[in-house]
Amino acid sequence: MDDFIAARSQMALSLGFHIIFSCIGMVMPFFMAVSHYYYLRTNENVYKNVTKAWSKGVAIFFATGAVSGTVLSFELGLLWPEFMKHAGPIFGMPFSLEGTAFFIEAIALGFYLYGWDRFNKWFHWFTGVIVGVSGLASGILVVAANAWMNSPAGFDYVNGEYINIDPIKAMFNDAWFSQALHMTIAAFVATGFAVAGVHALMILKGNNVLFHSKSFKIAALFGCTAALIQPLSGDISAKDVAERQPAKLAAMEAHFHTEKSAALIVGGIPDEEKQEVKYAVKLPGFLSFLAHGDFSSEVTGLDRIPKKDHPPVAITHYAFQIMVGTGMLMMLVAAIYFLALWKKRDWLSHPLLFKLFVIATPLGFIAVEAGWTVTEVGRQPWIINGIMRTADAVTPMPGIVYSFYTFSAVYASLAVFVAFMLYRQIKMVGRLYND
Amino acid sequence: MLYVVITYLWASILLYLLLGGADFGAGIIELFTSRKNKGVTRKTLYSAIGPIWEANHMWLIIAIVILFVGFPVIYTTMSVHLHIPLTVMLLGIIARGTAFTFRHYDAVEDDMQNLYNPIFAWSSFITPLFLGIIAGSAVSGHIDTKATSFLDAYIFSWLHWFAVAVGLFTAAICGFLASVYLIGETDNDHDRLRFAHKAQFFNIAAVLCGILVFAAAFAENIPLLDWVFGNWVGRIAILFATLSLVLMWYLLYQGRIGLLRPLAGFQVTMILITTTYRHFPNIVLLKNGGYLSLLEHSGHEKTVYTLGMALLLGSILILPALFYLIYSFQKKGASQAH
Ligand code: HDD
Ligand code: HEM
Ligand code: HEM
Repeated sequence: MDDFIAARSQMALSLGFHIIFSCIGMVMPFFMAVSHYYYLRTNENVYKNVTKAWSKGVAIFFATGAVSGTVLSFELGLLWPEFMKHAGPIFGMPFSLEGTAFFIEAIALGFYLYGWDRFNKWFHWFTGVIVGVSGLASGILVVAANAWMNSPAGFDYVNGEYINIDPIKAMFNDAWFSQALHMTIAAFVATGFAVAGVHALMILKGNNVLFHSKSFKIAALFGCTAALIQPLSGDISAKDVAERQPAKLAAMEAHFHTEKSAALIVGGIPDEEKQEVKYAVKLPGFLSFLAHGDFSSEVTGLDRIPKKDHPPVAITHYAFQIMVGTGMLMMLVAAIYFLALWKKRDWLSHPLLFKLFVIATPLGFIAVEAGWTVTEVGRQPWIINGIMRTADAVTPMPGIVYSFYTFSAVYASLAVFVAFMLYRQIKMVGRLYND
Repeated sequence: MLYVVITYLWASILLYLLLGGADFGAGIIELFTSRKNKGVTRKTLYSAIGPIWEANHMWLIIAIVILFVGFPVIYTTMSVHLHIPLTVMLLGIIARGTAFTFRHYDAVEDDMQNLYNPIFAWSSFITPLFLGIIAGSAVSGHIDTKATSFLDAYIFSWLHWFAVAVGLFTAAICGFLASVYLIGETDNDHDRLRFAHKAQFFNIAAVLCGILVFAAAFAENIPLLDWVFGNWVGRIAILFATLSLVLMWYLLYQGRIGLLRPLAGFQVTMILITTTYRHFPNIVLLKNGGYLSLLEHSGHEKTVYTLGMALLLGSILILPALFYLIYSFQKKGASQAH
């Protein structure tokens, strides 16, 4: 492994790790707030127990999310100094606002976790809502920075110099809206399905069924609602990508040849040498429709893009397929759940329904990781789309490989620890919340 | 606006040193606590810093964001040449943050605690040690941007006596801050006395490390004496720091603890003033006699302006909430924390 690949892998690993914690950090507080709200309204103890159990989960995830985020803010410089030297002052605006959002989140979390029975109960509840709102705000803000890398704005690039810098324009770049919308919904999908799945498993096992049923319902409602609208927002994203990054779209779709009425390719194995896709299902005209909203429009293929600017096609294509595939599956599960709620109440207690959710537990997070792979790998070889190459941004320090190994080991053990911790949390539910 | 941003940078470093430092120190104290008292130390620590624990570490993030947005060249030069100590510090932050959370939230009480505790305590020592090393390296003139060999460019930039001494000094200060802080958090005389002894211990350690810093500076031709005593601000700040030191010892003997905390904070502030004043605005000194200056190497005007606005806006939102948080938990007695 050379240092450049190591640096990219380390970045991907750190972000891929962080995103799990940040999704949960953004969304769980809302679940908590809902259950807390029920408790304050109904005074049923089970809701208080659910809230408390979840808030411990949030504390664990928050701390892990915070340290992994701290690591990221250093890694940007440790791994990509040349990029940060130029990009920092341009795309820094969302990061500086994000600082405020984090801070508020941390303060509100302090109030919330330690505030039981100390404050007015609605004030206490409200601090929980603030945790969620500010978490969401940080997520939306940081995506602005990433969107800027896809759709650079707010400066002029003249003879290798970055001039006329305008951080506000940079923040409100073209890609921000579609990415932030899609990401926010994704966080709800992923966290909703993951949490619902864990509680579904416990219901199937017959442990503390009341506790887990209440939790399941809250999480499932959030996750399923989000899963139904996610493909719509994905469509907005795809149209956006078609406009601003035709190379990424072509790689996502393994679309080698520019053509009108382009076919949507489902599955298949792209062969970058021969410029073809084997064993794929082709839906004629659908790619044109997906990209431009018109079945006969022309879609730029990789043949229009200089070879040296091609992103890795296979990875981007597979990742996109995985995201869309898991997205469709979750939409189906959501449809079944809503049907059950609406017409078929007797399905609601059927073990098959819970089994379905157990199977769907990891799907949301798989989609999130796949989606980010599409966005990031699809942007290659650029770190700032069309302006700076990733290879020119990497640190001159040799030996990054070792740093990558170290961080891999650390993250792997952390992942094991967090899973272990959650397992113990859940195992103790019966003993801690027995009233 | 540039001065507003610089003020925020300085203030976040100071607050990180004071609040984050007290936090690290609490872990360091654990390293130096006998086995039978560890439990009490841990409990006092948790109820004292639990609620504001997350907030304490935000200051580092604020500082780093200010650096990379406002002073990108300084951020990237340090990132490249101090890559290794920065990485060690990051590993320390990961280990500490997660061990702290795990040991508190682990639902099952068993021997796992024996794993979390030493990780927490050791990373509490290593992180400020390397923070100090990084700070020391920045001003030591060992960073060589033209170096061609790996050792010169990436190792000797930070591996020298001065930086290590500054690191040890930082760790000692953290231990000292934490002991002083914890004195006021206990509810019985026995523990109060114990933390008072710790405070004395770390105070002596800090003074010894301080001497070590001067010795190392002397050996490595770093004009530290001139930086500190060559100007009236430095002289006055050192005088104040020394006076507060004497006063603190006196108060400790008297058992009057009310004033200790502000005094300790004051003392550390004075030390930071002394060490930064003379350098300002050059916060990184390079081997070839060059330097990176907060005034000359700042980002574009518009960036600095929006950054300053963002910080001011943020403060309006944050500071009242933060004070209310600290106030509420002080007033209601943190000892009842769950
Ligand atoms: C639960 C997660 C999830 C689900 C079900 C989907 N996505 Fe997605 N997708 C993401 C989670 C995600 C993401 C992780 O949040 C990404 C990465 C970057 C971003 O902004 O969102 C993303 C990126 C992303 C992009 C690239 C955006 C860019 O580079 O700017 C496109 C075109 C789509 N998605 C399209 C879709 C479509 C057509 C879906 C149909 C089902 C879909 N996504 C489901
Ligand atoms: C959290 C979700 C994210 C994930 C999972 C993710 C994933 C990845 C992946 C897989 C790569 C490697 C691409 C390759 O080298 O082929 C990468 C690179 C990178 N990402 Fe992201 N990314 C995320 C968000 C962000 C954000 C928000 C930023 C910045 C604000 C960012 C900045 C970078 C940088 C600087 C690189 C290295 C340069 C490059 O390879 O393009 N990423 N990321
Ligand atoms: C799209 C990708 C990202 C999203 C959606 C995201 C979102 C979040 C969220 C919601 C949190 C709060 C943690 C929690 O509540 O558990 C967080 C923490 C953090 N993130 Fe990210 N983040 C992303 C990428 C990044 C990147 C690229 C950086 C750094 C450059 C970063 C820096 C941080 C920092 C410093 C924290 C810790 C702050 C705290 O203590 O809350 N994040 N992130």
